[in-house]
Amino acid sequence: MVGILTYGVYIPRYRIRVKEIARVWGANADEITGGLGVFEKSVPDMDEDTATIAVEAARYALARRKVDPEEIGAVYVGSESHPYAVKPTACTVGEAIGATPHMTAADYEFACKAGTAGIQTCMGLVQSGIVPLGLAIGSDVAQGAPGDALEYTAAAGGAAFLIGNRDPIALIHRTCSFTTDTPDFWRRAGQDYPRHGGRFTGDPGYFRHVQAAAKLLLSQVGAKPDDYTYAVFHQPNAKFPRRVAQLLGFTDAQIRPGLVVPHLGNTYSGSSMIGLAATLDVASAGDRIFVTSFGSGAGSDSFDIEVTDAIESPDLFQRAAAPSVEELLKDPVYLDYAQYAKHKGKIVMQI
Amino acid sequence: MSVARFWRKIPQRYNLIGTRCETCGTYFFPPRTFCPECRREGRIVDYRFPGKGKVVTHTVIRSASEQFEHLTPYVLAIIQLDEGPRFTAQVVAKPGEIEVGTRVRPVFRRIAADGESGVIHYGTKFVPVR
Ligand SMILES: [Zn+2]
Repeated sequence: MVGILTYGVYIPRYRIRVKEIARVWGANADEITGGLGVFEKSVPDMDEDTATIAVEAARYALARRKVDPEEIGAVYVGSESHPYAVKPTACTVGEAIGATPHMTAADYEFACKAGTAGIQTCMGLVQSGIVPLGLAIGSDVAQGAPGDALEYTAAAGGAAFLIGNRDPIALIHRTCSFTTDTPDFWRRAGQDYPRHGGRFTGDPGYFRHVQAAAKLLLSQVGAKPDDYTYAVFHQPNAKFPRRVAQLLGFTDAQIRPGLVVPHLGNTYSGSSMIGLAATLDVASAGDRIFVTSFGSGAGSDSFDIEVTDAIESPDLFQRAAAPSVEELLKDPVYLDYAQYAKHKGKIVMQI
Repeated sequence: MSVARFWRKIPQRYNLIGTRCETCGTYFFPPRTFCPECRREGRIVDYRFPGKGKVVTHTVIRSASEQFEHLTPYVLAIIQLDEGPRFTAQVVAKPGEIEVGTRVRPVFRRIAADGESGVIHYGTKFVPVR
């Protein structure tokens, strides 16, 4: 049965504190941190982008499991910050992990859920026997306009999941989606920064779609929230996933291991996937994990996952061969706003 | 660098693909197609270096060409791979975080870009093993 064979995460080493961003814009730091539940966010190095983050996450995934990269027949990279408008990030990743040339590849874009859409595509290709293994990645160096509310949380990071059906460490029993045309957040072609509907975004966007996809999956598999050991929801801040978990009947304890946003920020396409990875970091055989992503525009993908014995059998999988999310979040280097602006290319240079 | 030249070097730059002489066991990076020791007796085959090595010597670049100006100050080092080859590469570390003998491993980074609209050159840099 189809499932996750291995996974890897990459988070850049740099952080900026929310209170440092608030200082620059004369905003009340305590109010913002209290409102968002986010204290700091990751910042890419000068030479890191969505492609380099995707490659590092994919290489960490392959470090945990012996896989012939030539068996990877599909690579999908979901992001809203692909380095090229035309030229796939997925080709660069495929080349860097030795999966080229006998593979299909494409870049996905669906705000924060493009990576989970890649997991669904790989599940279909594997289950239909078209490819033996498929790699789905969510990776972003998210952009928030200087001074905009998004700037406090827009972060950098990515996660890679190898999908296949030979001894998966976690089975994906079922997936379903809920999608509508909702203008809660967008970026027009050629624009550097996204725009959003402000207070409009929460209810008709995040809460409607996450709840609808989650309830649909629960009814399809005939399960209740307390049948799951853990739950992961898209986390644009710490408030939304806590609230939606509560509305659906999941507890704080179920979402705790996967709630990475307070010290990471919103890694967009990476967000729910890094949450799932952090949960797999601590999961044991038999644990059930409920995952619902969200992408503005808008849609949600839900997954019913069950961890297998393979996660604990060293012949198949070595969790410690790559850093855990907790380890990747340790020992950051803090930047002030001026250094951050340089890292993010927000300073216009004289040429 | 021309697009064609960058493209030809992708295996070398992304995955440290070099060569090895099967006759005398010498490793080459950048790759050579001819062994200077064995000459016509040499049998050259591709070899993918895992990229583990150490810093032989290093310097801090504070004044760089336009392409690398935004990175200054940055560390440039001669790296010796465990199989023997030595070459110059950038080390992602603050000046003072590395010394002669520091163990390093490879990371995938943006090396340079051909302006705002040209090709992005990805490749390998090194980080200290922590
Ligand atoms: Zn020789």
